[in-house]
Amino acid sequence: MNEIIAKEEIAPDTYRYQIYHPRIAQKRKAGQFVIVRTHDGGERVPLTIVGSDLTAGTVTLIFQAVGHSTRELAQLGVGDRLLDLAGPLGQATHIENYGRACVIGGGYGTAPVLPIAAALGDAGNDLIGIIGARTKELVILEQELGDICSRLEVATDDGSYGHPGFVTDVLQALLDEGEPIAFVLAVGPSPMMRAVANLTKQRAIRTMVSLNPLMVDGTGMCGGCRVEVGGETKFACVDGPEFDGHQVNFDLLMKRQGTYKPEEQEAAAHGPHCRIGLDAAR
Amino acid sequence: MSPKATAIPRQPMREQPPLERIGNFEEVPLGYTEEQARVEAGRCLQCKKPKCIEGCPVAVDIPGFVALVHEGKFAEAARKIKETNVLPAVCGRVCPQETQCEELCVLGKKGESAAIGRLERFAADWERTQGLVERPRTAPPTGRRVAIIGSGPAGLTCAADLARLGHDVTVFEALHEMGGVLVYGIPEFRLPKKILREEIDALRDMGVKLETSAVIGKLATIDELVHEDGFDAVFVGTGAGLPHFMEIPGENLLGVYSANEFLTRANLMRAYSFGEAADTPIARGKRVMVVGGGNVAMDSARTARRLGAEKVVLAYRRSRDEMPARAEEIHHAEEEGIEFHLLTVPVELRGDEMGRVSSAVMQKMELGEPDDSGRRRPVPVEGSEYEEPIDVAIIAIGAGANPLISSTTAGLETNRRGYIVSDPETGATSIPGVYAGGDIVTGSATVIEAMGAGRRAAAAIHQHLMEVRRSTEARAEV
Ligand SMILES: Cc1cc2nc3c(=O)[nH]c(=O)nc-3n(C[C@H](O)[C@H](O)[C@H](O)COP(=O)(O)OP(=O)(O)OC[C@H]3O[C@@H](n4cnc5c(N)ncnc54)[C@H](O)[C@@H]3O)c2cc1C
Ligand code: FES
Repeated sequence: MNEIIAKEEIAPDTYRYQIYHPRIAQKRKAGQFVIVRTHDGGERVPLTIVGSDLTAGTVTLIFQAVGHSTRELAQLGVGDRLLDLAGPLGQATHIENYGRACVIGGGYGTAPVLPIAAALGDAGNDLIGIIGARTKELVILEQELGDICSRLEVATDDGSYGHPGFVTDVLQALLDEGEPIAFVLAVGPSPMMRAVANLTKQRAIRTMVSLNPLMVDGTGMCGGCRVEVGGETKFACVDGPEFDGHQVNFDLLMKRQGTYKPEEQEAAAHGPHCRIGLDAAR
Repeated sequence: MSPKATAIPRQPMREQPPLERIGNFEEVPLGYTEEQARVEAGRCLQCKKPKCIEGCPVAVDIPGFVALVHEGKFAEAARKIKETNVLPAVCGRVCPQETQCEELCVLGKKGESAAIGRLERFAADWERTQGLVERPRTAPPTGRRVAIIGSGPAGLTCAADLARLGHDVTVFEALHEMGGVLVYGIPEFRLPKKILREEIDALRDMGVKLETSAVIGKLATIDELVHEDGFDAVFVGTGAGLPHFMEIPGENLLGVYSANEFLTRANLMRAYSFGEAADTPIARGKRVMVVGGGNVAMDSARTARRLGAEKVVLAYRRSRDEMPARAEEIHHAEEEGIEFHLLTVPVELRGDEMGRVSSAVMQKMELGEPDDSGRRRPVPVEGSEYEEPIDVAIIAIGAGANPLISSTTAGLETNRRGYIVSDPETGATSIPGVYAGGDIVTGSATVIEAMGAGRRAAAAIHQHLMEVRRSTEARAEV
């Protein structure tokens, strides 16, 4: 178990792993995640389950090697085993037929969108997809999402591919065109999810976002993952990770995500190994 | 009774001096020497009707093992304890002896009680360090399979007893290490993890299968364990793993932790060696406030101190006499310079522009009329607020029932607070073949009570499995 069966770099520093764990492969539903650990002393890193292959007994994980622990994870190769793999955690996405729905992925947040889009598609939704990335080479899963969506738009911040600008610019244009979007799902960096939620709020379009606060156990035992939704405290690992985007306190989320910046920086400066940046859920 | 016996004072245990130990995470008490243990054991009056045993939730034969220590038969003493308590090295360290066995000790009526906990610890440590631990004999395989959910003291005890009876036992643990609160909550300086790991290795030697990272309710439900995986019985020992917060303004500020999170980062994830041997960070506050008066609060305060806090304030809403922590922990905390702000609660946490906690508004309390628990209820003193500058706050006011199992198990009866309802004698729940015990039934209690519940459930499960076997065999014969 936990063996890496396939590894692929799908964009610079962005990896897709197929990991052998038949039970998780069988049980997982769209929207759920796992927690992985690579070595003794390693962090517990939450990663969304992007898909599974029941015949091969594998789950698909996609992550960007942006922090210490995800870089450790990227060091592994085919045949290596993850030390620990726990899941499927969190609530599955609530799926229903909204009619026309829009799924939006920002950066490697596009990966968690894929299984939800697939489930929404299976439920009969007509899907519009929007993928956003900093630059062309960081656009991921265009083909996979394209297969599910009846219409797919890409936006890059630097204009190197697709529409120049942000995913919200594309969404705005679609809404202005009169697309009858009844539901929006957005996953990506917190500022992007907040921007989407602000836009859809004006038009009262139901919007779900998938949050990635810092986590430890992932079972509701520590409360480290708490987020504020509609003025109430929720534990993202058990109550979420998806919440109503119009109710989320993004400001608090972003601050809490930065809790260990000082420690990380100090360790990077003094520690025996380099630890720049923070590992987030995806 | 010899008059000499009572004249000998209770033997003190060597400890790391406070100023030294706040700079490390190593164990504080160093244990008895052989000589000290024999002297201390000699103080025991060997009562004909020993009161102490009544105070022990698992009824260890205390005079019996103490007599063996006195005779220098240390390994035999350890084995005597293990007849009813599978984790003596743990219990000798963490049991609240002063409210259990030692409270009832006759010596304590006039002077100081026998140091039963220290002797228990000594015997178990001696047996282990001399390499004399015997692998418990296991009965021939019964062919029956039992799933144990949760690897805290309740689950480990239940697993050990059932394995000894020849059942095929698998323990499922959500975290990546076995041990429950003993590994994620109680700090190294109070319970070295090495001791626990050896106990767990012993379980493995007995043929118990240990599955970590197995979150039951998610990876498989109890129903699936029974109907798809073919387990004949299930024991739920999932603990009280749902942290309570105070529900005061500012609790989501950066630097505010539940004790569970703070201690899990420090213990399970070993955040004290962050940047070296461990990758999980923890906020190292200079001025830390801990809220609560139990063992969890003491452990949090002392951990914060070891992480470099210059000032640690422990706020407790009642008075010192009501603190539920073990006496030794309170004493150690005070020695380590933890400041107790008694009859005090924070009513608000304030933050800086970055969203980091920067102070707590504290309110003084006084004791009013007794409440349901019979303890006098703390009531706020008007106009007594003051502001305490802090950079980390740790909330250690208790825990509730984690709903992972109850919410995924149809027909499992829980009480109004979410705890599983089970028969105190057998652990039987509303579902036949499913048993429960420990903190998930009682709410936060003690290691030894969880062990007692695991043991009683093991006996009941054994009986249930044997009855099922007899009835299926009987049916097969017709
Ligand atoms: C910091 C701290 C200090 C303490 N100090 C003392 C002390 O000095 N003396 C004392 O007697 N008591 C002490 N206690 C209390 C004592 O530790 C508990 O009463 C005891 O551990 C309860 O045992 P348990 O087996 O019921 O559960 P736990 O020890 O809580 O173990 C439950 C285990 O189940 C696992 N689990 C939960 N849900 C699932 C699931 N769905 N699937 C799989 N696994 C699951 C958890 O991860 C955990 O490992 C302390 C508690 C804490 C938190
Ligand atoms: S990560 Fe610990 S409660 Fe959610």
